[in-house]
This record gives sequence, structure tokens and C-alpha cells, in this order.
Amino acid sequence: MTAAAQLEVQGLTKHFAVGTTFARSRVHAVDDVSFELRPGTITALVGESGSGKSTVARLLARLHDPTGGAVLFEGSDVARVRRRRDVLRYRSQVQLIFQDPFDSLNPVKTVRHHIERPLRIHGIVPRHEVDERVQELLRAVGLVPPQEIAAKYPHELSGGQRQRVALARVLAVEPKVVLADEPTSMLDVSIRIGILNLMMRLKEERGIAFLFVTHDLASARYVADDLLVMYAGQIVERGPVEEVLESPLHPYTRLLLAAVPDPAKRLHADRIQERKGVAAAAVDPPEGCRFVSRCPLAIDVCSRVTPPLVEARPHQAARCHVTAPSNLIERTT
Amino acid sequence: MTSLVEVPVVTRTSPPALLELRGLAVDYGFGENRARAVDGVDLTIHEGEILGLAGESGCGKTTIANAVMQILRPPGHIAAGTMSFRGENLIGKSEEELRRFRWRNVSMVFQSAMNALNPVMRVGDQFVDAMQAHERIDRRRALARAAELLDLVGIDRARVRAYPHELSGGMRQRVIIAIALSLNPELIVLDEPTTALDVVVQREIMQQVEALKHDFGFAVLFITHDVSLLLEFADRIAIMYAGEVVETAPAGVLATNAQHPYTQGLLESFPPLTGPRQRLTGIPGSPPDLRNPPTGCRFHPRCPHCTRDRPELYRLQTIERPVLREVEPGHSVACHLVAGAEE
Repeated sequence: MTAAAQLEVQGLTKHFAVGTTFARSRVHAVDDVSFELRPGTITALVGESGSGKSTVARLLARLHDPTGGAVLFEGSDVARVRRRRDVLRYRSQVQLIFQDPFDSLNPVKTVRHHIERPLRIHGIVPRHEVDERVQELLRAVGLVPPQEIAAKYPHELSGGQRQRVALARVLAVEPKVVLADEPTSMLDVSIRIGILNLMMRLKEERGIAFLFVTHDLASARYVADDLLVMYAGQIVERGPVEEVLESPLHPYTRLLLAAVPDPAKRLHADRIQERKGVAAAAVDPPEGCRFVSRCPLAIDVCSRVTPPLVEARPHQAARCHVTAPSNLIERTT
Repeated sequence: MTSLVEVPVVTRTSPPALLELRGLAVDYGFGENRARAVDGVDLTIHEGEILGLAGESGCGKTTIANAVMQILRPPGHIAAGTMSFRGENLIGKSEEELRRFRWRNVSMVFQSAMNALNPVMRVGDQFVDAMQAHERIDRRRALARAAELLDLVGIDRARVRAYPHELSGGMRQRVIIAIALSLNPELIVLDEPTTALDVVVQREIMQQVEALKHDFGFAVLFITHDVSLLLEFADRIAIMYAGEVVETAPAGVLATNAQHPYTQGLLESFPPLTGPRQRLTGIPGSPPDLRNPPTGCRFHPRCPHCTRDRPELYRLQTIERPVLREVEPGHSVACHLVAGAEE
């Protein structure tokens, strides 16, 4: 833990109401999620689709209002900021990059327009310096020659180039935090590494705190410093990326790791056991561990008591009664 | 008595070829605006093998699948080459012959197959539809078989009565695979069947396909951009770049001894999960526009080994198209660097 947190998330919770007035139930999309983003650090948030990882990014970007919890940015809670000026200020500091670079750019506007807009709206540079800054930003994300790229329309760019434009646009406002929601999953494999390398360079050069939302453990390991593993709306494991992947505490992290294609081992034709559950957000979840039905280590207490996030090793914490037991809970077997 | 006819010595007993493509070329559009998406591809799929076809988007891998099924949409059309299935020519078959060939001999699972199910029809009825289109079978028996097939892909058989929206993405994908199996085809084309799914679900589906292949003995043409998945799962892998096959090899060989610079670049684009963390470079540049492909080797503008330092080689790389040559049994590469070494 080197620097103070840029953004601190405390007990963040988001429930979505579903059903009719008379049969109302609540989807616990994000439940009691806490972590911090530090300057010059990439924190990866991994999980299956439906685990709530994108909802976390959207909550931080204030695209949703949280049901509970706090988001502290430079010491003040921004989760419920309402005044337009404050919202604008926060949004200029915390930027979101979307998964699909084909959808996030306006097809009838040039690249220059996309990057100019935030510069003007937030008044980042004096009017006569806008052009110069646009070119500088394009160069910073590796789009050269900048004059030529700036005049192009999104359809003239490849997927990787579009994602770079999205990054340049985000950098225009000199953000402290960048939330990248699966920024590489729509890109070709040979292009992905380029974007990941760019993220690493930007965190080093500009000290940006990144939240990198992904389902790909290998990319997470490649770029991230810290890792958060999400399952059914909860953080089930947290720690430095190398440590967590080297010796995972939570059985779900182990399951995820085992599922990644590994050229070194050949698949054998074992029949797999019946799939017991999904990582999707739980609807009105009962007390107890949410992974219990799929867990090979489950003990009696698991289905009765929700495990807390316990730091079982230095900096590495998990929600598991077996591998990260809490002193507060008596084990009854 | 000495025989006049030399008996060919069979050294390798590879199973007979199921599907053979020779010099296949597919164009989109005509004349000036013609883009040759697939350009002179030779590919053989043997009985009971899993052939992986990998490459980046736009390299022509899905076009090959569509050409095999002959479901190319105009202006796409087969411009040259032959395709044969068990020695029988596929090109020039009538619509009725093709209708019988599809599903019965070769079935295909599409890229976004999860969305291919009819949302207002029960899952079971969609099996019945597919079966009744191809054989005389009464509804009750068809439903019974549907239940059996669901069982095989690991879905509760009671789900024949479910509507697609009641199933998760992974389950829907498995239903589609089960439907593809319903007529017991000899070849299944899987076009990015797991791209939209999570790694855990992906692994489950891949293991299921492997187990089913083991039981039913069908062959698989597996199309994906994820080479690491193929290395683990396929028997043989063909790597495509800009409409051409640039390297084919058994999976094990490709993992350790990839020869084409593009294959090497692809393999180095996947960060490893174990071992030291190193900076990777990926492949600089982007794939070419197929309306106007580079002369010579199509990979030369992105190739790290194509420099003016070696003028003779450079001329070859930029002017002459390399052809696939066998460098060791079962391993072929289309690259001047490799070809140059042998001459």
C-alpha cells in the first residue's frame, strides 16, 4: 500500500427491483462492495457476466444511484452528489471507457470533434490551444500522424484505433480515475496487447488510478497490480494480483483459474459434473455464502452464515469460512 | 510372381478425408469493388478430428464456414476452387440436394447462436422442427429424442418445455449444439461458439463437445480467434491471415514450433497465467483491406522479419506470394523465410 486512495468505495450496494407491485423482489446486483483505487495503480475487477462487475463501474461513474454505501473521492462522498456543478466536476475527474468502441463514438463526427468537446466543455485549455492539445492527445495514445487521424470519421478507423480515440477523449479532461469496462474484449487479439500496454504507460506517466473490469484473468494478470474477484454481487477475494493468482484463497477464484485455456495441458474427455449454479446476481439471496451450491469445500456453517471478507494473509482477503475463517464466527460442524 | 503395379506403402494411417477444400476462393462483390475474402484455401478435415481454424476478424474464417454450408449471402459467392464431402463435389448441387446435405451431413452452430432460438417456441418444439424437416418422425418420438439430447449436453430433460428466455446464455448455446447433433451429422461447424460466454461456461461446453465427439465420432471444424483455446482443444490447427491459410500443424507442434511470424505473433499476444510477467508487443499494424491486399506476402507490412537489410529476401517478400510448404510431416508454412532455408 504505497499511496493514499484516490477513490474509496465503502459498502457499495445496488439493488434493482423486479417483478410486480405485489410480488416485488430485489436483485442484489452489488452487495457490500469495498475497495480503493490508488494513483498509478491498475486494479482489475474480474468475474463472470452477471456478477455485477459492470454495475460497479457504472455506479462509480454515477450512471446509477447506489442503494447503499459510500464512494469517497478526495475525502467527500460523491455517491449522492446532486448539484450539476459538482456532478460535472466529479465526472471530469472520473472517466468511463466502454466495451464497444463501435458504439461509443458518434458516426457523423470526426475524431477531432470527439476530443475537442471535453476540452471545451470542461474548459481545460484556452480556445487557441485546443488544436494543439488534440494532436498532443492523439500522439499520447499512439495515433499518428495526428493531423490525419483527427480529420477521420469513426468508420474509417479499426477497432483498436477507435478504442485509442476513446482513451484520448478520456485523457482530454486529465482524469484522476479511469474506469475501463472490458476495453479489450471486442478487439482482435493482436490489437489487445497494444491497448493494455497503453494503459500501463498512462498509469506510469500520468499516475492515473485505473479500474480494469474484465473477465479475462490473463489480461488482468498482465496489467493489474491489484485484483478483485466478484461473484454474485460480492467481492469474494481481494489482493495483489500475483499473490491471488499464485495461491488463491477462495474456491471460486480457483474455479476461474482452472477454466482458463492453458496450452500446456490438454483437455481430457472427462464428463463434467452437473453445473450447479450461476454467478449471476442473486434475487433475494438467503443468508449464507452465495457460492455454497457449487463449492467443493462447503461445510455446515456456509449455508447459514454469510462469510465476511477476512484478511487471511497479508493484503489478501477472501469471503470463505474454510480458507479464510473469521474469529467471530464459531465453527460448528 | 512380381507385381507390375507398385503397391503404395502406407506410412501414416490417417483417417479418410471427410471434407476437402482445394483452392477455394470466395469474393464479395464484383469488378472494381471485389474483395476476395478467401483466396486459394486448401483444407482437409478428416473423420473424427477437431480442426481449429484461427485468425483475426476479417481474415475469412467465417466466410469459409458459410461457403461450406453454401449460405453465402449475395454479393458473396464462390469464385474458384472445389469442395468435396466424402469425395462428392458440393459445388453445383441443387437447392434440394443442399437442403438434405445441411444438418444431415454437416451442421453449423453460428456465432451468436444463443440468439438463434425462436423466442416464442418451446425448446422441444425447435428440436421437432429440425428433425421433421429432414426425416419422417412423429412428434412424440422427436420430443423424446430432444430430451435425450438435452441430457447429453448436461441440461435437465424437463427443460424441453422451457422457453428460450428461461435459459441462461450458456444453456441456450448448449441447446443449439444439441439441436445441431439431432440428426447425427458427420461434421459440425462451430463458429465462435463460446466467444460470448464466460471462461467457466466455455470450458464446460468445450469439454462437452469433446465428450460428445468421443461418443458420436463426428468431426469438428472449430472457428475462433482464441488460439490458446485451440492449442488445448483441437487436434490440428490452421492459421488464417487476410484470406489465406499461412500455417497448419498438429496442435502440439504449433504450440512449441510455430514457424510463421504471424502465428508467432498471435501466440505472443496472449499474456500467460503462469511464469514471469513480461511485456508483450502483440503485432503492430492492422490487417489489410482485402479490396486491395499487399503484393507478395500479405503479412509483409506487419512482419518483423521483412526489412530492406536483406534486399534479395525483401524483393521476394514484397513481390512473390509464398505458398504452403511442408516443413515436417503434417506441418506446412507459407513463408519466404521458411522456404528460403530449404532452397
